[in-house]
Amino acid sequence: MIAPLDEAIAELVHDGDTVALEGFTHLIPVEAGHEIIRRGLRDLTLVRMTPDIVYDRMIGAGCARKLVFSWGGNPGVGSLHRFRDAVSAGWPAPLEIEEHSHAGMANRYLAGASGLPFAILRGYSGTDLVTHNPHIKTVTCPFTGQEVAAVPALNPDVTIIHAQRADRAGNVQLWGIIGIQKEAALAADRVLVTVEEIVDTLEPVPGQVVLPSRVVDRVSVVPGGAAPSYAHGYYERDNDAYKAWDAIGRDRDAFTRWLADLTSAATATSGETL
Amino acid sequence: MTAATWTSDEIMTVAAARALGDGMSCFVGIGLPSTAANLARRTHAPDLWMIYESGTLGTVPAHLPLSIGDGVLAESADAVVSVPEVFNLWLQAGRIDVGFLGAAQIDRYANINTTVIGDYADPKVRLPGAGGAPEIAASCVEVVVIVRQSTRAFVDRVDFVTSVGHGSGPGDRERLGLRGKGPTRVITDLGVLEPDPDSRELVLTGVHPGVTVEQVRAATGWELKVAADPAVTPVPTDTELAVLRSLTGAA
Repeated sequence: MIAPLDEAIAELVHDGDTVALEGFTHLIPVEAGHEIIRRGLRDLTLVRMTPDIVYDRMIGAGCARKLVFSWGGNPGVGSLHRFRDAVSAGWPAPLEIEEHSHAGMANRYLAGASGLPFAILRGYSGTDLVTHNPHIKTVTCPFTGQEVAAVPALNPDVTIIHAQRADRAGNVQLWGIIGIQKEAALAADRVLVTVEEIVDTLEPVPGQVVLPSRVVDRVSVVPGGAAPSYAHGYYERDNDAYKAWDAIGRDRDAFTRWLADLTSAATATSGETL
Repeated sequence: MTAATWTSDEIMTVAAARALGDGMSCFVGIGLPSTAANLARRTHAPDLWMIYESGTLGTVPAHLPLSIGDGVLAESADAVVSVPEVFNLWLQAGRIDVGFLGAAQIDRYANINTTVIGDYADPKVRLPGAGGAPEIAASCVEVVVIVRQSTRAFVDRVDFVTSVGHGSGPGDRERLGLRGKGPTRVITDLGVLEPDPDSRELVLTGVHPGVTVEQVRAATGWELKVAADPAVTPVPTDTELAVLRSLTGAA
């Protein structure tokens, strides 16, 4: 259950997989994304509601063949320039995109986690998202005749999330802004959770989500693994790091230097043995 | 008249804040909408119930968040719920009075583009995309748009409809099954536009102090209709400016 991050990524994530690293501003599994870059994984279909700077990095590093998403930006700062460069100029590789709204993506995960083939919602009607995404259709309610939007279930090969803590058996506890992590994990075939720490007992916390160990494949201890996003109760969001990414992401050479530094550095892990 | 003692962004934000009534529930986007909503809550609308799409319901942040999911939003919220819950059980169910949206492009029927400038397959500028906006525009009781006015942003027809305003005119929202009223006000750094009740086309109904109708026309990419006697936005009060500047750090 509990394994170092590099081993867990090697075991669970393979070239060509559909991979979701979820986190809605909070608890973003940034270090796991860095490990995906270090391993040189390729042809991934990357899925996330809010691809931010860690997706910008994976795209810039050439890990992705396709991006499925609903909002791709550097929150509070601006655009993702590696993402833009891949979409507009095919650098370093062409990137296919499949674009939804947040409500659409949330319901796709929910259907995937519920074992349903598709989800319905009131949404998309009249937008050009429908024109450009064959995965947005409509269905008629068999009871009322109302027409609503339909989107297919989303079932990643692997979902990776970051949480505050886990116990030794691999039960995972997260709290604060909980986002879409539970649905994304339960929708996936394989689940990796990076955590701030392992504890003997998970003391209850208001507003918590607990993922029982039976739906978790591997837990890796990666203190600070969500930085520069934050882990409620552990550390704050490093807004300056998000701002600083703008200049690096904007420039292919600056990014290439950043990438060389990352890949020459050791995997972030506590090395804790249990 | 003395020289303006506020910036065009400040009067835009103040005008947007005034559009929010006390006790309303408001779906808040990051950036200018967030600044305006927090200004309203600290001035005339202390019981404004702010929701951010990260799932923070009834949040009272101590300072402006940089992102939609900063910790300060969760710490002060009445409840923190999952993303599917905020969209399905709160927004889609029609529980939100007003949605506050920004735009990269907006057209004469207040349709909004935040996806691409240029062709979708070969964009001139790739923007962040939809986020929560399409369903905010569909399901809030009404929508207020805040956007700086220029011919680049105010275009005859948006390159991509990310969020539907009034479609191509009367009856379109009903035909599309959109249950909210759509954009009822577009607040810019120059003035205020509102949809004509019959044609649904945006009409200039107000200008900010010191702004002429000709200036607004020149910053609009279609032949802008103007109300018979456009109102002039009341100047910001000292309190509004002081609170706004304490929020933005421009004090």
